[in-house]
Amino acid sequence: MNKQELTALVAEILGSLNEPEQKEPGRKEPEVKGGGYRPKAPMPEQKDTGYQDGDFVPDVTQLDLRKLYLVENAADPQGFRRLKERTPARLGCGRAGPRYKTLTMLRFRADHAAAQDAVFSQVSQDFAEKNGMKEVKTKCRDKEQYLTRPDLGRGFDEKAAQEIRSAIPGTPKVQIVIGDGLSSAAITENAMDCCKAIQDGLKLRGIDSGNPIFVRYCRVGAGDAIGDITGCELVCMLVGERPGLVTDKSMSAYITYRPHTGVSESSRTVVSNIHAQGTPAVEAGAHIAGLIETILQKKVSGVGLHREAAL
Amino acid sequence: MSSRIRSVGLDVGTTSTQMVLSELSLENRASGFTVPELEITDRQILYKSPVHVTPLLDESHIDGEGVRRIVEAEYRQAGITRDRIQTGAVIITGETSRKENARAVLDALSDLAGDFVVATAGPDLESRLAAKGSGAVEYSRKTGKTVLHMDIGGGTSNMALIRDGEILDTGCINVGGRLIRFDEHGVITWISPALGHLFSGKVGQVLTREAGQALAVTLTQVLEMAAGLREPDASLEAMITREGKLLNPELLTRRPVISLSGGVADCVENALPWTAFGDLGPLLGQAIRESLLCRGEYMLGRETIRATVIGAGSHSTQLSGSTVFYQNIHFPLKNIPAAVVRNIPGDFSEVLSRQEGTAVLSLPDLGPMRYGQIRDLAETIARAVGKGPVLICLQQDMGKALGQALALRLGPSAPILCIDRVKLGEECYLDVGAPVGPAIPVVVKTLILGDGRKA
Repeated sequence: MNKQELTALVAEILGSLNEPEQKEPGRKEPEVKGGGYRPKAPMPEQKDTGYQDGDFVPDVTQLDLRKLYLVENAADPQGFRRLKERTPARLGCGRAGPRYKTLTMLRFRADHAAAQDAVFSQVSQDFAEKNGMKEVKTKCRDKEQYLTRPDLGRGFDEKAAQEIRSAIPGTPKVQIVIGDGLSSAAITENAMDCCKAIQDGLKLRGIDSGNPIFVRYCRVGAGDAIGDITGCELVCMLVGERPGLVTDKSMSAYITYRPHTGVSESSRTVVSNIHAQGTPAVEAGAHIAGLIETILQKKVSGVGLHREAAL
Repeated sequence: MSSRIRSVGLDVGTTSTQMVLSELSLENRASGFTVPELEITDRQILYKSPVHVTPLLDESHIDGEGVRRIVEAEYRQAGITRDRIQTGAVIITGETSRKENARAVLDALSDLAGDFVVATAGPDLESRLAAKGSGAVEYSRKTGKTVLHMDIGGGTSNMALIRDGEILDTGCINVGGRLIRFDEHGVITWISPALGHLFSGKVGQVLTREAGQALAVTLTQVLEMAAGLREPDASLEAMITREGKLLNPELLTRRPVISLSGGVADCVENALPWTAFGDLGPLLGQAIRESLLCRGEYMLGRETIRATVIGAGSHSTQLSGSTVFYQNIHFPLKNIPAAVVRNIPGDFSEVLSRQEGTAVLSLPDLGPMRYGQIRDLAETIARAVGKGPVLICLQQDMGKALGQALALRLGPSAPILCIDRVKLGEECYLDVGAPVGPAIPVVVKTLILGDGRKA
């Protein structure tokens, strides 16, 4: 269909919408609450947006929210902008009547969509192979089951356990595990930079670490199962955080000393907010390597480590 | 984690010598679940010395022994000993920095004051310290107003233009309250050569109130020109200090809030007898009161005569980022010149070849980096520096990652220091103290003394 035909078709459809419906005799017109409402004020005139039909509008997700201030006729816009520099919160959005402005609405929906995508999308199939790692799967069949059955995301079936055993020969002191968790975007973006920085940091300190392994449909607890299988002294799991509206690419590192199934959550040391606007992945990795050394020396992680440091 | 460090500030100025002792509180502002972030959260002044007259041997020599006695007496008075001072700065300011033995006195004082008490001079730093010590920077940060701070001392006026709490530019001119001195009979005993043709009187003549007032008005007009409030003429050019400069006039298109400190600021709202100090101070203060500087929004600093010394004591030390790397470094490091690298990798060998001895490489902000890029960078640096110690200063948060990558290449015995979140420009020098928790205290300074010789 060429453009002319398309235009004609659209015009035809629009025309038919405007035609008064043929009333069937004897049938009452439905009464709709508020159906008689007509706005008293005239509709505001359409402003010229500078765009033609078919143009692309700029990508709203590229705007820096900390610099975006939309209130019109503000008393002290500079003052508000200074406050906005300090928070990622959506402040100073202005309004159109009682509602958000179009831009605010579009950005909110775009960020929300990105967060959902990060949860529902998959880390690419060749991620592990490209980075020289073995991939294993937890007991979850697929993403849907993973989201609804947290318990299955913490364990492996016998076949997967075998795969882990063959991927990690011997008993490494430290095992790095990369798990997709709730954000595949976080892992794709940050995991390898962080992992390499940890490996270099461990090498520098003379700490032996096994080949990193990638776990699909992974919860933090899967690291405990890997502890059971390999007998390693410490597991460091890099896992995608539940995405929010600020970023969909935030990763955490959970470090557990003597990991085993049933270990308490309070015995994990966590480094969170690893992403470009938080702690950069490479610097976090270097920090985590130092933290691992401390944990191995003190033989304790989590709350116990904080208590140790406070003494 | 929270800890405290004691910091001393010592200012040997044209007219006065002062000391302050302050306590800086350091706190980890990050939650337990993220990478630590140590910050200076509070600055408390424990002791302020009285204002001593700077002892001079003659017109071109500071009485080093006299200054030493003042410092020792003040330490006793404050109940502090050298080994309990963790950081601080000794600064020689104004005319005093042009004395022939300024450098020697400065170095001796910094050793006397404490292990990591840095010696410094230079109008740029002086302006920054006065702007911070007076409270002008904090005022600008809190109110969002653009502030022009002027610290008008005995021999010089240091200016700093501050926007949103950030110092954009500094300047220094030869306007001060003590450019002329006279005895109790009004007989002129000294005229600063900086005055040049602006003053025609001679030593030995009696200074009349009218003549003093006329000179004070002339000097005030120079201040107005420097502040962008009056059309500049030749007299402004003549009053630029040898090592100083004017503020960039483009930054002065709108009238800022004028903030005043220094000894002369005390004479602005207090009409003292014009002969009170045997110098121009009271007349200059009154001339400023009547001038364009005080027509429009102006303020006196929270600290006036002590602004610079408080700046030196409380604001000279800053903390690096809390993830840094060091091995085989013997702290403190003093007077390390900065070698600014602009283009990577092109500049390395060229920048390094210009340096004699050890320099700290200041790298530009490279934006977000992949670990592979950090490895490459480490490789480039390792090749460029060869053996010698590697000192790196970064703006972006990646000091620990780059440091460990360097250590893997250079081996465990190589001295390496890699700090981040510190901005280090050309003509700057870096002093590095012993680590405090995860961070490292540093002082960024300019060290150019009056004769143009770099210390």
